[in-house]
Amino acid sequence: MLNDTEEMIMLEIKNVSLSLENELNKVKILNDITLTLENKKIYVITGPNGGGKTSLAKSIIGIYKPDEGQIILDGIDITDKAIHERARLGIGYAFQQPPRYKGIKVIDLLKLAAGPNSKIDFCELLLDVGLCAKDYLNREINAGFSGGELKRVEIATILARNLKVAIFDEPEAGIDLWSFQRLTETFTTLNRKYDTTIVIISHQERILRLADQIILVAGGKISEITSQDKFMNDLEKMNSGCRCKQDCLKGGEENAKCDR
Amino acid sequence: MLNAIDKNLLNEIANLTDIPIGAYNIRKNGQGVARNTTENIDIITKKDQPGIDVIIKPGTKNESVYIPVILSENLSDLVYNTFEVGENSDVTIVAGCGIHNETDKKTQHDGIHEFFVRKNARMKYVEKHYGEGEGCGLRILNPKTIIEVFEGGVAELEMVQIKGVDTTVRDTLVKLHKDAKLIVSERLLTYLDQVAESNITVELLEDEATAQVVSRSVAQNNSKQIFHLNLRGYANCRGHIQCDSIIMHNAQVSSIPEITAYSADAQLIHEAAIGKIASDQLIKLMTLGLTEQEAEDTILKGFLK
Repeated sequence: MLNDTEEMIMLEIKNVSLSLENELNKVKILNDITLTLENKKIYVITGPNGGGKTSLAKSIIGIYKPDEGQIILDGIDITDKAIHERARLGIGYAFQQPPRYKGIKVIDLLKLAAGPNSKIDFCELLLDVGLCAKDYLNREINAGFSGGELKRVEIATILARNLKVAIFDEPEAGIDLWSFQRLTETFTTLNRKYDTTIVIISHQERILRLADQIILVAGGKISEITSQDKFMNDLEKMNSGCRCKQDCLKGGEENAKCDR
Repeated sequence: MLNAIDKNLLNEIANLTDIPIGAYNIRKNGQGVARNTTENIDIITKKDQPGIDVIIKPGTKNESVYIPVILSENLSDLVYNTFEVGENSDVTIVAGCGIHNETDKKTQHDGIHEFFVRKNARMKYVEKHYGEGEGCGLRILNPKTIIEVFEGGVAELEMVQIKGVDTTVRDTLVKLHKDAKLIVSERLLTYLDQVAESNITVELLEDEATAQVVSRSVAQNNSKQIFHLNLRGYANCRGHIQCDSIIMHNAQVSSIPEITAYSADAQLIHEAAIGKIASDQLIKLMTLGLTEQEAEDTILKGFLK
């Protein structure tokens, strides 16, 4: 018999380390990451560029194979499972830079995502990501697609599925501001309607505000897990107390990378 | 008259499950076995050489002609077919050759098709090539297509060959007059030790002639493909060739572009690319629950659609 806390756990990442090879040598990307994600919650992973956010997401979906550690989805050890097996067990990943194809239409990709027995309404689905079904369903996802259109279709491929865990990698990139509100609504609906645990990699304040918890990843480690309120508070203090701008030879920018 | 093997071949090359409606001429093992003509479309056997003349009356609209060839015995078949597409007509011509070879001897079909697309006529020509059978006898197809499109005419060519044919040399020669338009869509998949060569030459002879050639191919196993796509612009004309190949396993693909302008007003573009399936495409489909093989098949199917 499971106790209450165990029932609530959806995804467990235990001591995961990952190294990737570049031209010269092996580089440690993730260093002993341990993380527990609960059922139905919204998590936002944030942190500096190159800190390991995308690598962590890719380790969860199986694109990268960790050197060490364990990944457990809803009680099942998926550490050695292939990408498609993890997908079938209910993990979805919306790419930061989704691919374009030749000859594959929006409707084809959505059908593949939804699976053969799905009764999902693709028109509604496209509306949810701010695209007109009439214009887009039969369009090929080819070089004629803009970055923003591609991202919207990518998000739709995740919404088409009934998932336990949905990971979105910088979903706001390329989405114009007026559609942003809609996008945030989409995340909350997905979370409430399907009880999906949502993980969003983002730097956007408005996305951060959706989070039940904010996970700060830097230097391949989890440097902090906090509530949204605390994070926002700290951020404000950091900004106001920052003397970078005064000391910096280049004049300093509000969003400049700071390694203090 | 048509047995199960014949019907399967017909289905593969012409999407026909039985004798078609409208004008048709079915050639089996070197002989005509069925023919039908309509009020507007006449089919006449050539007297001086094997083959037929298909004559489409001017103004014929929305009619089709089927001229499939099926080979289920070992032989070398050679035909010359001529198509006269009358002024202001709008027709679809479905050709194709299916070979069923159970033996170890070669079966060969060489077809020469010549088309005259007259003033303001529109012709869609669909050609499918298909080979089957368990024998290791070679299945050889060498189609030669010669097309002349007169003023304001449109020729749309769909040429498909997926597996099954061991060696093929496809020669296509097109002449375009004033305001004439050519659209070519070529799809080719070779596997095992197959060899395929496609030579397309388009001559844009007069002003406002346009040509668009899109060739997509997949080369698998030890197969070889050679593309020689050639545009020649003699006037104020526009031409665009896109030649795109996916290479897999130990296959070999050559894409040899040639564009020649004989006029300062000719605008000619040639794009050619060869590469393997992009890994991010495979991974994306796998994250939707497809196995690597299923993802690969989906990408190739889309590419060759």
